[in-house]
Amino acid sequence: MAVKTLTIDGKAISAREEQTILQAARENGISIPTLCQLNGTSDIGACRLCLVEVAGIPKLLPACVTRVGEGMEVSTDSERIREYRKMIVELLFAERNHVCAACVENGHCELQDLAISVGMDHSRYDYMNPKCAVDITHKRYGIDHNRCVLCGRCVRVCDEIEGAHTWDFQGRGANTRTISDMFVPWGQAASCTSCGKCVQACPTGAIFRRGSTVAEMQKDRTRLDFIVTAREKKQWIA
Amino acid sequence: MDLNDLLEIAEKENASAKPIRLRCCTAAGCLSQQGDAVKNALQQAVADADMSDRVEVIGVGCMGLCSAGPLVKVDPDGALFEQVQPQQCASIIASLNGGGPAEASVGSDTIPFFSKQHPIVLENSGRINPERIESYIAAGGYQALYHSLREMAPTDVVEEISKSGLRGRGGAGFPTGLKWATVAKMTAERKYIVCNADEGDPGAFMDRSVLESDPHRVLEGMAIAAYAVGATQGFVYVRGEYPLAIARLKTAIQQARRMGLLGTQIFESPFDFRVDLRIGAGAFVCGEETALLRSIEGQRGTPRPRPPFPAQSGLWGYPTLINNVETFANIAPIVTKGSEWFAGIGTEKSKGTKVFALAGKITNTGLIEVPMGTPLRTIVEEMGGGVPNGKVKAVQTGGPSGGCIPAAHLDTPVDYESLAKLGSIMGSGGMIVMDQSDNMVGVAKFFMEFCMDESCGKCVPCRAGTAQIHKILTKVTDGLATSADLDTLRSLCEMVKSASLCGLGQSAPNPVLSTLRYYPDEYQACIDGGATAEASA
Repeated sequence: MAVKTLTIDGKAISAREEQTILQAARENGISIPTLCQLNGTSDIGACRLCLVEVAGIPKLLPACVTRVGEGMEVSTDSERIREYRKMIVELLFAERNHVCAACVENGHCELQDLAISVGMDHSRYDYMNPKCAVDITHKRYGIDHNRCVLCGRCVRVCDEIEGAHTWDFQGRGANTRTISDMFVPWGQAASCTSCGKCVQACPTGAIFRRGSTVAEMQKDRTRLDFIVTAREKKQWIA
Repeated sequence: MDLNDLLEIAEKENASAKPIRLRCCTAAGCLSQQGDAVKNALQQAVADADMSDRVEVIGVGCMGLCSAGPLVKVDPDGALFEQVQPQQCASIIASLNGGGPAEASVGSDTIPFFSKQHPIVLENSGRINPERIESYIAAGGYQALYHSLREMAPTDVVEEISKSGLRGRGGAGFPTGLKWATVAKMTAERKYIVCNADEGDPGAFMDRSVLESDPHRVLEGMAIAAYAVGATQGFVYVRGEYPLAIARLKTAIQQARRMGLLGTQIFESPFDFRVDLRIGAGAFVCGEETALLRSIEGQRGTPRPRPPFPAQSGLWGYPTLINNVETFANIAPIVTKGSEWFAGIGTEKSKGTKVFALAGKITNTGLIEVPMGTPLRTIVEEMGGGVPNGKVKAVQTGGPSGGCIPAAHLDTPVDYESLAKLGSIMGSGGMIVMDQSDNMVGVAKFFMEFCMDESCGKCVPCRAGTAQIHKILTKVTDGLATSADLDTLRSLCEMVKSASLCGLGQSAPNPVLSTLRYYPDEYQACIDGGATAEASA
């Protein structure tokens, strides 16, 4: 097992060669914002919040899928990156109908946390106000597309950990929607095992337990990591 | 099948040719103007005049000058009949028999549109019958494959392509030889060859034309590539909007398989290569290589971050060589005539020729193939005949990923670097000419709407960013924007360009950025005067 040494924001660190910049940074207490990334599922580099600068490479690189390299000089907090992150979070808020005050996830929401961490207090972009449905046909859970950020966590967790592949996407661009089975109401999705992993995985209040009221819902995302570690390494540690 | 069989087929085909051949374009452009009715009428007229013993009517591929279609060319005397109507066919046949001049408009194949061209990719287009493999073999087809398989080691083939300086014709211009060498060096139990024929830029039809006019050339290029890198399976990914190209490819694959030019033990060598078609379902993003590969695998066509590049991990995780139609069409001539010959054409960093699709406000709409480094002015004004009753305002290259080049820069040589310097790209070869009546904000909005609709929705900058850019541009054209909106527009474009996951998002702001750069007055005018503008590109 080879080890690489690199610097992240000027701090010299060492990392195993198969680690990503994100993993190495987290191990060393350097925080890089993420949204689509979820421990236990595959990394897809879709939200672009973890983009970092690497000296000598003109392009910004997603930390979640970029492997560490010997002598790499990574910068996670330049003015340009901070500005881009803020813009991305603002775009997310303007894209759908996010109303924190009326959301089950209020106070525990990753999107909300992101907005606070990047210092966003309003969106400079016009709200798109798309018409989005709420599906509460499932007996235990519901999905509110107004709050969906299309991170794909539910899709991956359902496919990769539960093995059901109930969730997927349909449509493209701004019209992309998370759908269950072949676009049937969730309650009629025959493949759904009602395991609730997607509920734990969802970073916002889009997928929720029915019966929760405003700010009432807290999710335990470490459960997923726990299951995967248990399966792969036979270690029952959280 | 060996070389003698091949030469025998060629000889037989050439011997059976009749003294006078009427070549009728049967590619999509002319077919849309009743080209097939013209061909049938000509055949009928030949039969009526009892001239079947010395005149034959052949359906051929695209001759390039699409705006003058349907085209009929007389071989060997070179007369080119333009905009032929079925009722004119009898008089055309009569004129061959000395029955007076034909009642059809006659063009000339010596006009700059033709004389300034340097056909390599299109050398067989408009000459051979794309539906008969014998016709391709008679033009020297499949000899390069034979030469590669029987007289060259795979490494020699890679070396030859590297030395030729050929760069990918899909748009980005990655050195083809380097890509081949990477796939060749990978050790894997299987490798794949993929031909990207998902041509989707508005106004671009180079690849369609090559597939409709000379499909075997592409298959031969793929087979040579497969031999060079050690692949045994190939896929051609064609967009579903090209039914004729699909039909001709199907025919070509079947014919080549029957003759032992595809399949197992090609040319009685140990080399096996099978080609299958995959039809796209209408997503522009599937022209992006990682999205295309996912689509072939039967999954949702969304791009993934690179690395790993397809050359390392492509279809089902195996090393995959993916090249554009035009790139594959360049392979056989390079193998036949040598890398030095090819490297002698074009500029220092951009070798060979490039096919362009001329569209928009231009007299001669159609396809041309010119050496790299040809000035834009030569292409647009001399060959294209300029703007009818007007002046060129700008030339848009590279489709929704490219930019607008203003008339002041018309003397720029067309090569990868020069176009990039102007904020545009070579792209796959679409070239849309605009005149003074075109509003550049409207043009930018048109392309942004395209990108917004075609964004796959996976990454946030492209999905939400293009929608916001489009919204701001709509405000500008509606006369509702302020100067602050222009600042927001600029910063958003920079972010989408730098932060998007794939080439679609990374290049989507180019039409906006290039028009902001060259035509800031038009944006300002919309803000000051509340002027409305609509795209007419």
